[in-house]
Amino acid sequence: MKVISVDKLTKTFGSFTAVDHISFDVNQGEIFGFLGANGAGKTTAMKVLCGLLSPTSGSATVAGYDVYRQPNKIKQNIGYMSQKFSLYEDLTVLENMNFYGGVYNLNNEQLNTQREQLINRLDLHNEAKKRVSELPLGWKQKVAFLVAIMHHPKIVFLDEPTGGVDPITRRQFWDLIYEAAANDITVFVTTHYMDEAEYCNRVSIMVDGRIDALDAPASLKTKFSADTMDEVFYRLARGAKRGE
Amino acid sequence: MAKGQKMLRIQFLSFVRKEFYHVLRDKRTLMVLLGLPIVQILLFGFALTSEVKHAKILLLDNAKDVASQSLVTKISASSYFDIQQSVQSYDELEEAFKKGKGACALIIPYNFASDIQHGGGVRLQLIADGSDVNVSKTVVNYLTAITGDFVAAQHPTANLPMHISLNQHMLYNPEMSGSMSFIPGVMALILLILCTTLTAVSIVREKELGTMELLLVSPFKPILVILAKAIPYLTVSIVNFTVILLLSFFVLDMPIRGNLLLLYAEAVLFIIACLSIGLLISNLVKTQLAAMLISMMGTMLPTMIFSGIFFPVENMPILLQAFANLIPARWFYVVVKAVMLKGLGFSVVWKEALVMLGMTVGLLALSLKTFKVRLE
Repeated sequence: MKVISVDKLTKTFGSFTAVDHISFDVNQGEIFGFLGANGAGKTTAMKVLCGLLSPTSGSATVAGYDVYRQPNKIKQNIGYMSQKFSLYEDLTVLENMNFYGGVYNLNNEQLNTQREQLINRLDLHNEAKKRVSELPLGWKQKVAFLVAIMHHPKIVFLDEPTGGVDPITRRQFWDLIYEAAANDITVFVTTHYMDEAEYCNRVSIMVDGRIDALDAPASLKTKFSADTMDEVFYRLARGAKRGE
Repeated sequence: MAKGQKMLRIQFLSFVRKEFYHVLRDKRTLMVLLGLPIVQILLFGFALTSEVKHAKILLLDNAKDVASQSLVTKISASSYFDIQQSVQSYDELEEAFKKGKGACALIIPYNFASDIQHGGGVRLQLIADGSDVNVSKTVVNYLTAITGDFVAAQHPTANLPMHISLNQHMLYNPEMSGSMSFIPGVMALILLILCTTLTAVSIVREKELGTMELLLVSPFKPILVILAKAIPYLTVSIVNFTVILLLSFFVLDMPIRGNLLLLYAEAVLFIIACLSIGLLISNLVKTQLAAMLISMMGTMLPTMIFSGIFFPVENMPILLQAFANLIPARWFYVVVKAVMLKGLGFSVVWKEALVMLGMTVGLLALSLKTFKVRLE
């Protein structure tokens, strides 16, 4: 079942075409890697799908709802974790959870369950009442991810969630992603780490606003007769005209 | 529908709670928030005043007789003047003026006592330092009054052809206390600065941190974001207003003659107007610094100049008067003076209240309209 389908989606800013007629589908429960060099248009495309930006042309449905007409329906069915840090630093872990729980209308029972699960899963028994600003970055990102899926959305959008995080924590972060996918949450993730690309079910590679490749990592490697995703990415992205 | 309402309420309450955490945990801002009004009121009440007290007077007493002595005693007995220095000649006087030793000089002529006795013209000379117009004007006025009194007392049967005495009475502020006219203005200024700046900064902070994106992808209604942001600051501002009122009443002996409820209602109206300005600014800028600068400069400066607190609007050119009418504080200032000092009721200030209400609704509508649901 498709949870995201995109057809010739385009977003222009003045004369600049940030997203250039991209088309793809994402299946339910899939981990979909959305790769591209800086400035390739990933974040813009993602923001359009989340309802943060309105598309210029083309069509797209997210969780079965149209991005033009039903952005509010989409909002109820997605989770989002941005490149920038997305928890409130001056609130404790629990207070952040209470806040987002309230925003997504969890009832007390659901909120309690979620709080317990998160604290147990990340072993935050001592830190739950500490302010987020006191936690190390890797922990913050893990908490932010679990908070983003607290309301069990159909799709969670992750915009470079592991930027600046150490390799061990990145592995742990991906464990969380797998668990979410196993719980039927579709994961739509952008990243610059090619080892992470290998973890995805399928990846798309954006170059200059277009999607130049889309397949499972293994198939892409075969197709470009490369040993690693790194090489695949390099071959595609090398031709890009847009720099940073 | 009931379920929808309940959901909205939960969303809204969790947001308001979060905003209160932000306000209460930012100790430095909170201190400014609650300390600023106290400092300002005390400053304006005690330190910054346009009243002239203990003005330095230079004295050139050519007569040195009984009458001149008792005039000098009378002058120095008043708290308005300190006889700073007695000089012997005009040259010395000029020297003392140049050194800034006095704001005003009183020159008593030779034969002062006998002139008074004989009922001839008594010519006292006052020389004031014109480089400080306000002070010298006031000092000259006071001194004229004192010497007039003195001469009249010395010579009760002065055979003036016609005796006109002006019986002055300052309504509402008999002591002409400067703080009486300042405090309502300071009230307006404090509320304006705090409400505008804090609201603007708190929304822009979410934009800078990236949490705004999260709110925008959530099902949270944008109008609720704005309302939830406004509530903690509204609360703090009402607390501030209360503190200012208490201070003015108990420390500065300001009267509160009118209806307290009316005063609060008008204050809340003004606060909401200021919050709306803050919201509007937050929609227009991207960084906290810009938000702070614009809300401080953009609101404080025009308010200082055009609200009538420091400079009377009536004396401005028509075009500037029209502009002054756009400043919310101008109306609030009039209302506070009317209600607090004169004890007037709603039937007198409804026009000002209506103008403020109109401004508030307009500003709020504008800020809601410019609040971007989607990022650009």
